[in-house]
Amino acid sequence: MTTELLQPLIYDIGSPGRMGVNLPECDVPKVELPAALMREDLPLPEVSEVQVVRHFVKLSKLNYSIDQGLYPLGSCTMKYNPKINEDAARLPGFAQLHPLTDESGSQGALFLMRELQKWLGEISGFDAVSLTPAAGAQGEFAGILMIRQYHRDRGEGQRDLILVPNSAHGTNPATVTMAGMHVHELPSNDRGNVDMDALHAACEGELRDRIAGMMVTVPSTLGLFESTILEVIATVHDAGGLMYMDGANMNALMAAVKPGELGFDVMHYNLHKTFSTPHGGGGPGSGAVGVNDKLAPYLPGPIVEIVEEGAADTEEPVGATLESPEHGRGMTRASQGSPLQTSAGEGDRPPLYGFVMPEKSIGRLKAFHGNFGMHLRAFAYIRVYGDSGIRDVTRYAVLNANYLRAKLMRTYKVPYPRYCGHEFVLEGHFEDAADVHALDISKRLMDYGFHPPTNYFPLIVPEALLIEPTETETKVDLDEFVEAMERIAEEARRDPELLRNAPHTAPVRRLDEVRAAKELVLCCAPALSR
Amino acid sequence: MSYIPHTPFETQQMLVEIGVATIDELFEAVPATHRFPKLDLPPPMSEMEVAAEMLAISEANDHAQDFAIFRGAGAYHHFIPSVVNHMLLRGEFYTAYTPYQPEISQGTLQATYEYQSMMCALTGMDAANASHYDGATSLAEAITVALEATRHRRKKVILSHAIHPHYREVARTYHQGRDIRIIGDRGRGEVVDLMEMLDENTAMLAVQYPDFFGQIDDLSTLADAVHDAGALLVMVANPMALSIFKSPGELGADIVVGEGQPMGVPLGYGGPYLGYFAIRQKYVRRIAGRIIGETLDADGKRAFVMTLRPREQDIKRERATSNICTNQGLMALSASVYMALMGKNGLRHVGELNYHKAHYAANEINRLDGYSVDMSKPFFNEFVVACPRPIARINEALLAEGIIGGYDLGAHYYHLTDRMLLCVTEMNAKEEIDRLVEILGGLG
Repeated sequence: MTTELLQPLIYDIGSPGRMGVNLPECDVPKVELPAALMREDLPLPEVSEVQVVRHFVKLSKLNYSIDQGLYPLGSCTMKYNPKINEDAARLPGFAQLHPLTDESGSQGALFLMRELQKWLGEISGFDAVSLTPAAGAQGEFAGILMIRQYHRDRGEGQRDLILVPNSAHGTNPATVTMAGMHVHELPSNDRGNVDMDALHAACEGELRDRIAGMMVTVPSTLGLFESTILEVIATVHDAGGLMYMDGANMNALMAAVKPGELGFDVMHYNLHKTFSTPHGGGGPGSGAVGVNDKLAPYLPGPIVEIVEEGAADTEEPVGATLESPEHGRGMTRASQGSPLQTSAGEGDRPPLYGFVMPEKSIGRLKAFHGNFGMHLRAFAYIRVYGDSGIRDVTRYAVLNANYLRAKLMRTYKVPYPRYCGHEFVLEGHFEDAADVHALDISKRLMDYGFHPPTNYFPLIVPEALLIEPTETETKVDLDEFVEAMERIAEEARRDPELLRNAPHTAPVRRLDEVRAAKELVLCCAPALSR
Repeated sequence: MSYIPHTPFETQQMLVEIGVATIDELFEAVPATHRFPKLDLPPPMSEMEVAAEMLAISEANDHAQDFAIFRGAGAYHHFIPSVVNHMLLRGEFYTAYTPYQPEISQGTLQATYEYQSMMCALTGMDAANASHYDGATSLAEAITVALEATRHRRKKVILSHAIHPHYREVARTYHQGRDIRIIGDRGRGEVVDLMEMLDENTAMLAVQYPDFFGQIDDLSTLADAVHDAGALLVMVANPMALSIFKSPGELGADIVVGEGQPMGVPLGYGGPYLGYFAIRQKYVRRIAGRIIGETLDADGKRAFVMTLRPREQDIKRERATSNICTNQGLMALSASVYMALMGKNGLRHVGELNYHKAHYAANEINRLDGYSVDMSKPFFNEFVVACPRPIARINEALLAEGIIGGYDLGAHYYHLTDRMLLCVTEMNAKEEIDRLVEILGGLG
């Protein structure tokens, strides 16, 4: 390949001997390095600080992001990521806190995690929450492991089947396999709901004693509330199975319904979807799990609990349990009452928070205790909105989605024409422009300055375009998106090639993915001594 | 309404367009018996109030800006050049999604490709993925690859007892549903002992480099022994140590995993970090998670794209070997910017600072009455100190002097009571080390 990249590789802009960092000299006597153990070469780039800054700034400009505009990527909840949360995450008391700091020195972080556990439990109607999973997929994994262990403890280890609708996220079946269980796939009916006949057949037939549980997304991956959900839950429970809710679509549910009250036994939250923590170009996420009392002993750990109750109006100075006052700055606002209890009075001693491993825990999922940086952002987010605001998040997310659906129904086929949740599916295909596909529409949207919707998911709708605007978009933005979609529908008939060759204005044209997989150029490092 | 922009007028217009009178009507499919529950959450707060509360909560923690820190054990306090944070704060990076649409994601794709390239350079491997959740889950995923590579005919996995205890716990959590045995971590943990456990039923053997105690074993004959048994050698390596020590590639590893946090990611109370995962060419198609490759666009222009997609859960569903989708992309960007800034000479310099300072501290402490440092093997920036008093007491005394002391090894290793794992990095100035030594001396 001889042509140039848009921006040369970092390896190709350096010069031998150049440095990008200003480091101190060694201030202790040097010792001899063990020659036999040392490496000869370290083939990293040699670039200046300015070069590094310009390189990554130029790269950043090749990206599309929420900060630039509407990002209606269905099932991903690309809402605005509040800037205050980024500031909070960079406070030294959070950013420079070692994960193995003693309990007494991490009361702030532990308090925050405990509050978040409580709030997430309250929002979804669950008794207990663990924040340790790093992402939704890891939360799912925890959930299925808990279900597995629950049955084994009851002497029902033969329950090895998890029911999964064919509209499910790919993570659901993959998770079941990872946990050493088996998928039994259920079809959907013509309203996009679980086919009740198939469900009854599975739960009441010869498989009955093998049913461990079922994974359901609510609202469904089509963005629809299943009106039969209570019957689904009762049917699986009758067969002795437990109900797992994929919480990817929680943005449609807050203060609308509590999954725990519907009868779900376990669900995961995606803090990077519903609770605004940034997607980071692919991560980090955070996938807390909530459970009812049946599964609480099995939660992945550690979780935060109060290990010693607080006391009102003691002789001790405020903050005494945190650290002694002679060192460190400690709590700057100690004299105004502790932030570490919700109803602190003057002179009260806050409770002591600590990590505990639930009694029958499925174990540890990460080296430490989850993506704490995401926990604190979600905490700040819930704090800003509070009780009434969280309710509005869902209300306006659902309003925005239904508004787009109502307007786009005029030009596109909406396979399930009823009120949707926070997202909905269009068919990205026209009978009178048969050569144009959902992918072409998606790529053409880039030319109009929008990120495309999710395409070809869920799998049960041909040419699916799954659209999720989120609550943080204005009516004006939505109207502009509709206008672009309408013009693309016209272009599809008038000039299908324009769509099939789109995008035309993006930094690069469509890429040869077959070549990428065949030739496998995965790294550019110079030859290494191996 | 915080981040919700609707005016009452616009809301009304939108409701008319939809054909309903109120937003509540849109929730008709939710079972009426459970619709619109009350939420018991605190009331809303202004940005000013939230900022003040977050500051107050954060200051109730003993953090590395206020304390001298000598604790590592899997999370390390290293210097992070200012540029790293400034690049991370570019909204184009941190508010973008996974680069499924490569035409408008070349920034993330190229930065990730460069991350993969630099991780290959550091580890001596041929390919690296775009990251796992952390070092522990990278190890768990390596086990899956080894089981697959040996076609699930081999049921034994050997993990050295000198691998981080939490990593071994995570490996067991991940594989509890499988019919395999994880062994090796309850013995003495010497390399020769591990080699003796190898047999025709062994899928892989994993060691940590440097190990959990900071030490470097003689690994020169390990790779041959593992390969002769038909198994894979996995090394859990601290990337910072690879700045000066032989790469796992040179030592014959098949898979190298580890915690990328030392490369530009702050302590952050344990996360988000990043698990790096690098592998030999012959196993590259078994790698889980996202991986970026180079290709051409329709005009023949070089560009980047997510590749080997058919392995992933969204396509392969129940036949996928891992369910990972979201990874630690932004932390991989941190590592990428960090490694670019440090470069060939800077990273080596930091590695040497760690080595010299740790050895200075170890030598000084070893001279103190009642203390002895395990110098039986070479070490990098962590070492084990036998102390004259319980570690909890010593750490209490250190804390009172503004120092966060070492990790209490007795918590995980019953034969290591009263032993502390101390970590010294480039962040510990000589005065700080001298002060530590002085206080320890007073407690002897």
